[in-house]
Amino acid sequence: MHKTFDITIDELTKVEGAASLEVRVKDNKVEHVHFKITEYKRFFTEAMKGKPAAALPQLLARICGTCSNAHLLCSIEACENALDITPSEQTMLLRILTMYGLMIRDHALHLYLFTMPDLYGKDNFLDFDENNPEEHEILHDAFEIKAAGNFLAILVAGRSVHAPHPTIGGFTHFPDKSGVDEAIKKLEAIRPAVLRLIKIFEKCPFRFDRQTNYMGLIPERYGFLNGCLNTGKGECLPEKFFGEFLEKVVLPYSQAAAYKHEGESYMVGSLARMNLAKDKLHPRTKESLGKTLDLFPSTNIFHNNLAQAIEILHSVDDAIEILSNRVFTPEPVIKKLPRLDGAVGIGVIEAPRGTLYHKVELGSDGIVKGGEIIVPTGQNQVNIEEDIFKLVQDLIPETPKEKIVFEIEKLIRAYDPCMSCAAHFLKIKWNDTV
Amino acid sequence: MIMTEVMNDHWQEWKKIFDFRHARVIKSSNVMDEFDIAFIEGAIASEEQTKKLREIRDKSKKLVAVGACAVVGLPAGQRNNFNEEQQGNIQFLLAHFAALPKVLKVSEVVKVDAEIPGCPMDPNQFLDAVNKLVAEFKSSQ
Repeated sequence: MHKTFDITIDELTKVEGAASLEVRVKDNKVEHVHFKITEYKRFFTEAMKGKPAAALPQLLARICGTCSNAHLLCSIEACENALDITPSEQTMLLRILTMYGLMIRDHALHLYLFTMPDLYGKDNFLDFDENNPEEHEILHDAFEIKAAGNFLAILVAGRSVHAPHPTIGGFTHFPDKSGVDEAIKKLEAIRPAVLRLIKIFEKCPFRFDRQTNYMGLIPERYGFLNGCLNTGKGECLPEKFFGEFLEKVVLPYSQAAAYKHEGESYMVGSLARMNLAKDKLHPRTKESLGKTLDLFPSTNIFHNNLAQAIEILHSVDDAIEILSNRVFTPEPVIKKLPRLDGAVGIGVIEAPRGTLYHKVELGSDGIVKGGEIIVPTGQNQVNIEEDIFKLVQDLIPETPKEKIVFEIEKLIRAYDPCMSCAAHFLKIKWNDTV
Repeated sequence: MIMTEVMNDHWQEWKKIFDFRHARVIKSSNVMDEFDIAFIEGAIASEEQTKKLREIRDKSKKLVAVGACAVVGLPAGQRNNFNEEQQGNIQFLLAHFAALPKVLKVSEVVKVDAEIPGCPMDPNQFLDAVNKLVAEFKSSQ
């Protein structure tokens, strides 16, 4: 039967921020897919102008509540590069721990509160039944894992959202011995729960495959702060080139800019990182995972959930190792002014949802002249649309419309998109591109 | 986001006493019928959001503004303080998405019963406000 219809989802649920979706099907052929990010712009890259560099990381952290600490560390890196500051080894370890705290609680939030209800046929996570042993365990695991990540972030960075301790040139506070011991205890305690989480997503039957490209910042050892940019096409470039090799795509219906690389869509995030760097995971993580890692590289977008669960385990294991072997001692914050007017600094890190890029230009007085920010969800936007296009095309004509809507939402959730991040100001002119 | 972290310690109690009617971030079947307490986060940037907020106010016994954006309008409304050049740079985007000329805090649109300021909000202030409102509802029953 030939069918012509529209699918409109005004408010996607169980995702970070506001987005809507419009799909048009004519004679059983998908005509277009519009994934619209509907958060209103807050113009951070305009607002940063005229601010002192010292205030910039805390301002830009406000782009997002969920992954504020990723923006914070990325902006700090950009400012330090503009100021020729090389952070100490201890500072780098504390930043790594800050990222691990973020990954643990942010991935756990997505996997349990946003995704798990789809797996168990529930509307929301709090509908899980305390009297059912399996669901009872999942409920308790969720909040314990999140709380442990939260504890680690608070210990190292002062807060799990908009952390006050990390700053340009170092940290202003340092974790004490009793806090470190407590963190190790909590992280060891959640390890069995994280292994259960990995099993759940390994067994998850959801599947959607489409050949695409995977990109990520790949370090020597699995992590989120350093490395070169692996485009998945045999090259690994220094991070300063990141802003240059992306092609901006303007979607007039979305508050966010989208990107392609060499004319093709690509994906960033946990699945990309796992596909490119699973060999670099912590030895204890690899040992516990065994054959699970053989599932990667994978083109199944639902393996992004499994990859996130594995990243929680890596974060737990590496955090335990760092905390067990290191004594943290107070050290002064490194302070410098730019050597020249117009010094440019670039920061690239792997945020929970993928590669994050901050660029800043400073005057010789340390005042911000301008900058640019590229976020993971902006980069994934085209890939999400192309996936939905294929998904819907595969499902018609047999599948009822309600089921198609559910499948679309499930797929979008697998990307763990963050709309708050994506909707920020970029210099674009609609009439050039539409 | 802080609310989901506060949940780490309070979810069992909340599961018992709260019926979450409309919370897009944690549930899919959302109902906009009537609320004992509505928590509003974020500033108001469009006519559509203004209408929605008024509708929520009409359906709520108590309305609480949560976080700096809702309470003082910043940083979401930082464009209100832009200079002329900066305003010029963003005009075409405001027009394209039919944004309000000025971003508003929640209390500029509707009556607010309680405010929890800060970015991020203080979890203890949030809990105090929640517990106080719950106690009020219990005593009036």
